[in-house]
Amino acid sequence: MGLVIPSLHGRVSEVSPRPMPSRPMIGYSRVTKSFGPLRAVDDVSLDIAEGEFLAIVGGSGSGKTTLVRLANRLIEADDGIITVEGEDVQNIDPVALRRRIGYVFQSGGLFPHLNVADNIGITPKLLGEPAAAIATRVDELLELVQLDRATHRDRLPEALSGGQRQRVGVARALAAKPRILLMDEPFGALDPLTRDALGEDFRELHRKLGLTTVMITHDMTEAILLADRIAVMRGGKLLAQGTPSELSTSSDAYVLELLSTPRRQVDRLNALLPQGGAA
Amino acid sequence: MSFFNDPRWGEALSHLPDYLGNHVRVSLAALALGLIVSLPLAILTRNRPAPRAILLALASIVQTVPGLALLALFYPLLLLAASVTLKWFGVSFSAFGFLPAMLALALYSMLPVLRNGITGLNGIDPALIEAAKGVGMTARQSLVMVELPLALPVMMAGIRTAAVWVIGTATLSTPIGQTSLGNYIFAGLQTQNWVFVLFGCLASALLALAVDQLLGLVESGLRNRSRLGAGLGAIGIAALVAATLVPTMGRSSSGYVVGAKTFAEQYVLSALLRDRLQAAGFSAAARSGLGSSVIFGALKAGDIDLYVDYSGTLWANQLHRTDIKPRAELVTDLKTALAKDNITLLGELGFENAYALVMPKTRADALGIHTIADLAAHASTMSIAGDYEFFSRPEWAALRQAYGLQFSAQRQMQPDFMYAAVASGEVDVIAGYTSDGLIAKYDLVTLDDPKHAIPPYDAILLLAPKRAGDERLKAALSPLLGKIDIATMREANLRASGNDANSSPDVVARWLWEKVGRQ
Repeated sequence: MGLVIPSLHGRVSEVSPRPMPSRPMIGYSRVTKSFGPLRAVDDVSLDIAEGEFLAIVGGSGSGKTTLVRLANRLIEADDGIITVEGEDVQNIDPVALRRRIGYVFQSGGLFPHLNVADNIGITPKLLGEPAAAIATRVDELLELVQLDRATHRDRLPEALSGGQRQRVGVARALAAKPRILLMDEPFGALDPLTRDALGEDFRELHRKLGLTTVMITHDMTEAILLADRIAVMRGGKLLAQGTPSELSTSSDAYVLELLSTPRRQVDRLNALLPQGGAA
Repeated sequence: MSFFNDPRWGEALSHLPDYLGNHVRVSLAALALGLIVSLPLAILTRNRPAPRAILLALASIVQTVPGLALLALFYPLLLLAASVTLKWFGVSFSAFGFLPAMLALALYSMLPVLRNGITGLNGIDPALIEAAKGVGMTARQSLVMVELPLALPVMMAGIRTAAVWVIGTATLSTPIGQTSLGNYIFAGLQTQNWVFVLFGCLASALLALAVDQLLGLVESGLRNRSRLGAGLGAIGIAALVAATLVPTMGRSSSGYVVGAKTFAEQYVLSALLRDRLQAAGFSAAARSGLGSSVIFGALKAGDIDLYVDYSGTLWANQLHRTDIKPRAELVTDLKTALAKDNITLLGELGFENAYALVMPKTRADALGIHTIADLAAHASTMSIAGDYEFFSRPEWAALRQAYGLQFSAQRQMQPDFMYAAVASGEVDVIAGYTSDGLIAKYDLVTLDDPKHAIPPYDAILLLAPKRAGDERLKAALSPLLGKIDIATMREANLRASGNDANSSPDVVARWLWEKVGRQ
């Protein structure tokens, strides 16, 4: 069986065709952030619905990481309004805000001096949950991200493979049972097989836990395969947003170029690989 | 007698509880103070480049000041501070011993702690600090739970370096009145007691090693998050402090303290005074190796009770007089002047320890030099050596002015080595001391001073203000007054300059008492 790309029809529209709940889980309204002379995020408006899996795609320096970090106030906006569960983030204590939003860092961001269990249990610990409850939660999470409890619980991050570290990173982000998960290129540094498996596993977790997920990636194929909707960023601006099929009718050359890349790669792969082979 | 069963090892060992205890206490107090100041500074300035640079520059400057000078500087500084607090708040404190030593050593410990602290904290991957924020840590939680644990190995390396430096440098706190393992080294160097020098060096090296290892234990305990390991290290250090406190606790501190400057004659005389006081039923201890500028202040402040000084020294350095008077008149005037400070000049011991220009007898005879005036004609082709203070003393200025002395070179030397240097022709003339036994030993001659450019230096016994009315003390000391003539003192000094067991100040002091006590 060859690679299947979802058929691309439909239109990209300013207003999403599907019914948007009145209150988005995360809402950006005309948000701007500059670092010195550089406009990292330039007048961006974007709503992310409850239960949605949104991928933000763009090259390096496009502002995608800045946009995501504005949501949990790791970075403060210069202008515009950002809401989380309907509430203006400026009215929420940033520390409390971060404790209720899961964040998966690029290469795991695990604390090297803490073992797996302590890394995973850190946010519940900060929230003052009792040690026994945290221990139970850690075991649950290890099972959830499919790591063997007995072998991994007490290991230091340095003793884990890249894929295992990312699984721990996801478990840590989920520890305080957040409704929102922000992921900054979570699978970027992994080998293709691990990456594929982890992506699938995570997509399943997202569904099972009813999460609202925002994932940053520079890989359009990954975005198309995992996300419900894709937002494309370039030079701080939000060029387009929509389902893959909606994006395919975009008038923006860069968006179309990004979208056509996976398909061109498939065509080349199909030409190079024997049909119906191992793939 | 072999090197190892030399009785001086036993004598050295008998001082160990006192010297080691004081050394440990002053070092650890200084280190603790240094840490309490430096660690918060390192944390506060880690993200502020300008204050950080200024702080590190200041700490580096402190480090370039030689340890001995830094310690010596704190004494006048604290004297000043004490007089200010006395004036403004009516409270005074002792600027002698523990306090200046601890402050100077604490300052000395700051550079490695600051530098490693800042380096350790700045070396943390910014992504981890971001992650700490991302999982919901406050700035303080991030510091305590992530940054400090990650910076710990580098910080501890700095703390261990500081500990070794402080313990080593603490040996230099002896001259400002803090008893330390340096007492062995200073006394040993002055009396050519190499057993003492070696013992002091070994003891301080072992102490540094032990504290370093205990800190290493604390470090590995903290790193492995093992309360046991960290606890063991901390208990070890606490035990070290406790162990050094026990023997000194039992000691009475109400006795008399006899001061001594940093040369052999002073060691012998302080041992003699101490023995006399003990024989009279007092408890008494010698506090040796005090800097000559520190000792008078220490007496005035009551940190020591008595010591022997020299009339000319006080005349020039304390009364700032440049005129020269006959021996007896000088002592009388001095007595009156000191009484204003409530210091008792009990009397002269009998001998004079003046500076004198000294050269080999054979050479002086060959050149026809008998007086300093004769020397002046030859001086331009000759070199002169003196102790560390001589060339900056008023006597030297007076000599040069009176006789028009102009030497081709002048060198500073450890006093005990000068006599050998002049005897071997290494230098041509030395500024020696009239009571030094080595003058006779090396067949040297002291040149006459017909113009009386050098003031008289009678050895005089001084009592602290708080002992002014202590008649029992005066009675115990009076048998010594006027009893020690120059020949006797020279012989005592010669005995003390040997490097065998019989040259220890205690043994020489007993010999001296047998000699003068019988008269």
